[in-house]
Amino acid sequence: MTVNMGPQHPSTHGVLRLILELSGETVISADATIGFLHTGIEKTAEQKKWQQVIPLVERMDYLGPQSNSLGFILSVERLMGIESKIPERVRHIRVLIAELQRISSHLVWLGTHALEIGAVSVMMYCFRERELLLNVNEMLAGFRMFPSYLRIGGLREDLPPDFHETVDAFLERFPSKLTEYENLLTKNQIWMKRTRGVGVLSKEDTIAYSLVGPLARAVGISYDVRRAFPYLGYETYEFDVPTRTHGDVYDRYLVRIEEMRQSVRIAKQALQRITPRGVFDIQDYRIVPPPKDKVYTEMEGLIQHFLIYSQGFTVPPGEAYVPIEGPRGEHGFYIVSDGSNRPYRIKSRPPGLYACQAVPKMIEGGMIADVIAVIGSTDVVMGDVDR
Amino acid sequence: MPAFITPTVIAHLVLIFAVMNMLVLSSAFMVWMERKVCAYIQDRLGPNRVGFEGLLQPFADVFKLLLKEELVPKAADKLLFLLAPIISVAAALTAFSVVPFGTQITLFGLLDPPLRLEVTDVNVGILVVFAITSMGVYGIVLAGWSSNSKYSLLGGLRSSAQMISYEISYGLALAAVVMLAGSLSLREVVMNQSGYWWHLIPRWYLFLQPLGFLIFFTAGVAETNRAPFDFPEAEQELVAGYHTEYSSMSFGLFFLAEYVNMVTVSAVATSLYLGGWLGPFLPDWLGWIWFLIKTLALLFFYVWMRWTLPRYRYDQLMEFGWKYLLPVAIVNLIVTAALVIWLG
Repeated sequence: MTVNMGPQHPSTHGVLRLILELSGETVISADATIGFLHTGIEKTAEQKKWQQVIPLVERMDYLGPQSNSLGFILSVERLMGIESKIPERVRHIRVLIAELQRISSHLVWLGTHALEIGAVSVMMYCFRERELLLNVNEMLAGFRMFPSYLRIGGLREDLPPDFHETVDAFLERFPSKLTEYENLLTKNQIWMKRTRGVGVLSKEDTIAYSLVGPLARAVGISYDVRRAFPYLGYETYEFDVPTRTHGDVYDRYLVRIEEMRQSVRIAKQALQRITPRGVFDIQDYRIVPPPKDKVYTEMEGLIQHFLIYSQGFTVPPGEAYVPIEGPRGEHGFYIVSDGSNRPYRIKSRPPGLYACQAVPKMIEGGMIADVIAVIGSTDVVMGDVDR
Repeated sequence: MPAFITPTVIAHLVLIFAVMNMLVLSSAFMVWMERKVCAYIQDRLGPNRVGFEGLLQPFADVFKLLLKEELVPKAADKLLFLLAPIISVAAALTAFSVVPFGTQITLFGLLDPPLRLEVTDVNVGILVVFAITSMGVYGIVLAGWSSNSKYSLLGGLRSSAQMISYEISYGLALAAVVMLAGSLSLREVVMNQSGYWWHLIPRWYLFLQPLGFLIFFTAGVAETNRAPFDFPEAEQELVAGYHTEYSSMSFGLFFLAEYVNMVTVSAVATSLYLGGWLGPFLPDWLGWIWFLIKTLALLFFYVWMRWTLPRYRYDQLMEFGWKYLLPVAIVNLIVTAALVIWLG
């Protein structure tokens, strides 16, 4: 029997379509079809000025928006050669935001994953905690889902008052909540039965499919971009890269849970290094807008203001790719500039796309219920896959 | 007035009417309770707009369902498609008819002989419950098959696979109780549980048959298709399973059947293991209050479980049913039989 699972199905994370060939409930062969959420973001970006691309790329991976923009920004900054001029404080804030983003994304993953395996309440708990992170986003930029707070050359504006208290309160509260989720799932017999030995992928296959992030770490491939190619000064932070060995759904679950703990650890260190007030961009007014008092009082400032808001800035010709460790693994933007104020081409490397390719391999021979568990464990975001 | 219309007959008719309405109302109440308990478990408020604390919410939902269009898929087997929910509900409602929920009342001396608080006292009551609740699965299988939709079919298949894996252990757990009571009538089973050991512990079969109770309740959860064994409708896997194609009140009937089944299984479990309407402090004729309390406690357990546990995989339930539940049930039965013979 051929069953069309998706694109409209409660558990295919949006619009992933799986064509399953079934015998009873056993999956004989599977075919993953993507493209139902293609929005042409990469093409649209070619019509936008560099700074305007940020809100666009944030909408690709809508569960980890700020890690998208971070990847894009780092690539652009490398091409412009201003990487080293970014103030220390801005780097720490970016690290903090990236880690909070990772937690927020993993919370949605855990919630939906548990929901799909039938533990409905866990989803509510996860979204309750995520709500606090969205509140942080709202504080930062007034926008909860896609704040566009990170900008090329720095940040949109300085940290809001009470930022430290809010984030600190969250970081204090969160580990105990994480233990709560673990109490519900980690040692739960049903949970273990549903996830252990399900969707196993060998080390060789993982490498062959070029899977990264938690999927790779669950088979024992200790590849974390934050460790392997540190950016934003990650080498100065203390954290572990959790790995497991079995490469099944259960191990991916454990890896991600541990990653959230490590993210809390990094975020705490970052928060300590950030002063409540200070520089928030590179103060090169050809790239970032000058402060308003300069615009209103100085001729130069006014001209720079007009230039930034009408033409933007140009990026020297060339190409760059700076990978970052997104919530789903290595995530980066390959950008090409022809020297104008608009990108010539941007190309995202979405970890979810590669995970989608491996889904059939993981589910063949399993049962329908396993298909759901496996899709959940890959944590694909179709907006990211289809772009 | 014709001679056969005696106060007893009228009382019986009223009782039948009352029991049926009580069941439907209790399932409405259960829907409310489920949503409320689930909301509190999940840190939400739950329905609180319609009526006091949302108590009228289920009625609003039913009203909405009644107003919806009844859709029958073109490729469906129309007769069976429309019949399936009726079978489900009929089986669910009928099964309760042999469950006693109180001793007997004379309605202040009006009735002679006194009226027993049950629709009918069949001397093989346990078998009747067993037989009729198993009928409910036909509704599900037929619904899955007649919809002519793949997800529905899978739901129906799962349901039948599920039934064969728990039904035997279910029956064996019952058999142990029957041995202890020496009767197949639910009323006598309950009566046999009266009294106390050492004036403290009630003589409930729960304490003689703890294992049997667990088996019965587990199988009961599977029987009513409730989480963690809710495979036939497993929303996240099969969209909505056997009732994917149903709309309007036919869907409502399945919904009703599910909740009535829960009430029935809990009521039967109360009668078999928890001493039915027997309890301290209350006079005999108010025994139904104890019955309600015990049944509600079991129903709460149902809800609690659903919102806490993940779902099994259906082959795992079969494995669990055949490899663990069944052997344990057999051992339980043999030990009980031996003890009954040995100790008289």
